[in-house]
Amino acid sequence: MLAHLPVLVILAPLLGAPVASLLRGPNWPWLLATLLSWFALLCSVLLLIQVNAQGTFIYTMGGWEAPWGIEYRIDFANALLLVLITGLASVVLPYARLSVEHEIGADRCPLFYTALLLLILGLCGITVTGDAFNVFVFLEVSSLATYTLIAMGKDRRALTASFSYLIMGTIGATFYLIGVGFLYVMTGTLNMADLAERLPAISDSSTVRTAFAFIVTGICLKLALFPLHLWLPNAYTYSPSAVTAFLGATATKVAVYVLIRFVFTIFGVEFSFGAEPLAEVLVPLAIIGLLSASTVSIMQPNIKRMLAYSSVAQIGYIVLGLAMGTAMGLTASLLHVFNHGLMKGALFMVMGAVAYRMGGTSIDDMRGLAKTMPLTFWAFVLGGLSLIGVPLTVGFVSKWHLILAALELGWWPVVVAILAGSMLAVVYVGRVVEAGFFGEPKDATKREAPWGLLVPLWVLVIANIWFGIDTRLTVDIAEAAAAQLMAGGVVR
Amino acid sequence: MSGLGVWNYVIIIFLMMIGLYMVMSSSNLVKKLIGLNVFQTSVFFLYISFGYIEGATGPVMQEGASLYSNPLPHVLILTAIVVGVATTAVGLALSVRIKESFGTIEEDELHTMDSSL
Amino acid sequence: MSDHLILRIVGKFLIPYILLFGLYVQFHGDFGPGGGFQAGVIFASAFVIHTLLFGLESAERIAPQWVLKIVAASGVLIYALVGVAAMLMGGNYLDYDFLAADPIAGQHIGIILVEFGVGLTVASVMMLLFFTFAGRGEAS
Repeated sequence: MLAHLPVLVILAPLLGAPVASLLRGPNWPWLLATLLSWFALLCSVLLLIQVNAQGTFIYTMGGWEAPWGIEYRIDFANALLLVLITGLASVVLPYARLSVEHEIGADRCPLFYTALLLLILGLCGITVTGDAFNVFVFLEVSSLATYTLIAMGKDRRALTASFSYLIMGTIGATFYLIGVGFLYVMTGTLNMADLAERLPAISDSSTVRTAFAFIVTGICLKLALFPLHLWLPNAYTYSPSAVTAFLGATATKVAVYVLIRFVFTIFGVEFSFGAEPLAEVLVPLAIIGLLSASTVSIMQPNIKRMLAYSSVAQIGYIVLGLAMGTAMGLTASLLHVFNHGLMKGALFMVMGAVAYRMGGTSIDDMRGLAKTMPLTFWAFVLGGLSLIGVPLTVGFVSKWHLILAALELGWWPVVVAILAGSMLAVVYVGRVVEAGFFGEPKDATKREAPWGLLVPLWVLVIANIWFGIDTRLTVDIAEAAAAQLMAGGVVR
Repeated sequence: MSGLGVWNYVIIIFLMMIGLYMVMSSSNLVKKLIGLNVFQTSVFFLYISFGYIEGATGPVMQEGASLYSNPLPHVLILTAIVVGVATTAVGLALSVRIKESFGTIEEDELHTMDSSL
Repeated sequence: MSDHLILRIVGKFLIPYILLFGLYVQFHGDFGPGGGFQAGVIFASAFVIHTLLFGLESAERIAPQWVLKIVAASGVLIYALVGVAAMLMGGNYLDYDFLAADPIAGQHIGIILVEFGVGLTVASVMMLLFFTFAGRGEAS
């Protein structure tokens, strides 16, 4: 069975989604989805262990060998992402039962879990596949599931948010498709490893350059890099809490993974950073993005929206790391992908618990929370500290590596920008923490959130601390992944 | 692809720009979706013209034919068409629900309603 | 549409042939151009014509929405389970060679089953989409 691990991760949600759509009531689809996500997590962890022990893991779909058929190719980078996606799914799904029934209504629960399983399917699929066109298909599977999930939000503005994401997301995916088409016409292959082998010989052509531009732009739309982030704040603000927690932690990260895969494995470091001005374009955008989005988030009255803008800022850090084009920068970027998934997942889950009890997520709902909902509030404080990058949390680990990477290149202004971003994070997190400690509760009769929400939430908060103290696992894997990617990643 | 010259690209770029312009300029949500479809269709044409080989026959084995056009882009585009249909269906469903809850599908009116909420 | 006699009669003539053509495209997909996607859409288009001519209610009597939902889900399951069957018989996922003793026979079985699943899902989803949109219009 171990030989089939990559496909088992995909198969669990693929079989689960149609069954969940036929089940009735809120609980059975939930139970099915939760068990399947745990199964997928088990498979991903086993896969990571296998990759660690034996190197790159290759699975040929339908027994068709690689250049003709689709192969799944797992190295350190995908294995890490898979653990993040399935891990977050296994935490968000137990949390979803109460939250979703409260926000969406019991009658639409089967559809909700069907869409969520399809989203997991799409995200895992993008991660495992070694075929450039297959990425597009899974990208659209996950995007379509995302549009429906966002539209299930209670607020009617969820509909317009979902619609504008649909327009932007489709344009992004179609740009990606154009780029892949150009690569296909130049090389005659869609397999990532094959592309990486054939591209260097013909890289000095305008078609390949155009393909590079289309692919990078299309993916940057999906990952919400600064000027292309406009769909994100509304989508995260109005979608149901469980969806926001899962999307905020994984969806943009998977797009980051695709960008990394194309820039480092397929086009190669020399082409992306030597022949093409990738660093010159991405570094300024990342820095402007992280500073401006952090500034905007200070002014948000709605905390979910504040965290959404903060996500745009964190994407800035991640893109900054990979745009350095060095092994250390890439390590920092991968670390922050994983760590930001942990902290944003926890913070958005806190907001879901607040919405469950208080009925809203504005700063007024957060006032005096230290007295009425202490456990929820302390989860927010710890998550916020992690977001700022205080030592002993995951946020510190990745920002530390990012600063080290910038220092290695001697980019002093970048270091200043990173630190300024952290200062801004102190302001916007501090504002909420202050309201929670010193504000008067809006409604002093409200009690602590139910255990069904608190347990998954605290699991994630403890993961934030755990991976902040015991950094061996994440840093080692991120370093191994970065080394593999810098080397070109083609291991036949 | 010599038989087509550059005309296929001229047509494709023309369609692509029409589609993108419609997405950006029209304020009606359904018109936006139509523009998005035109844009996607231009990319389908791009792929299909990649598969064209002058003097080749359809990609089914037969007597007396030695040159076949490349079927792979067609297969890819079949998948992309299905994705496009699904996207359009989701977009139209969203517009129906937007019309039901806001009473309009004109984007500028939606914006003024959103900020007043 | 009840007063459009010509349309109704021509439609009645056309619908069986459209259905038959859909089935042909479905099952000939093994030897020539065709397959589940196209066949599903052609098959569903017959129901769309029927709905346009005779109204939503009469179409839903033949294909109620709950049946369509089950068919749509089971199509996906057929697809996924063929893959699982290949896996259990010792091959990789969706490796049809292992479905029968003879690899070529296995490929035939595999592709027919998978395309059948695809056809079921596409046809029922297309009908569901049309019925849902059409039903919304009547309600308001």
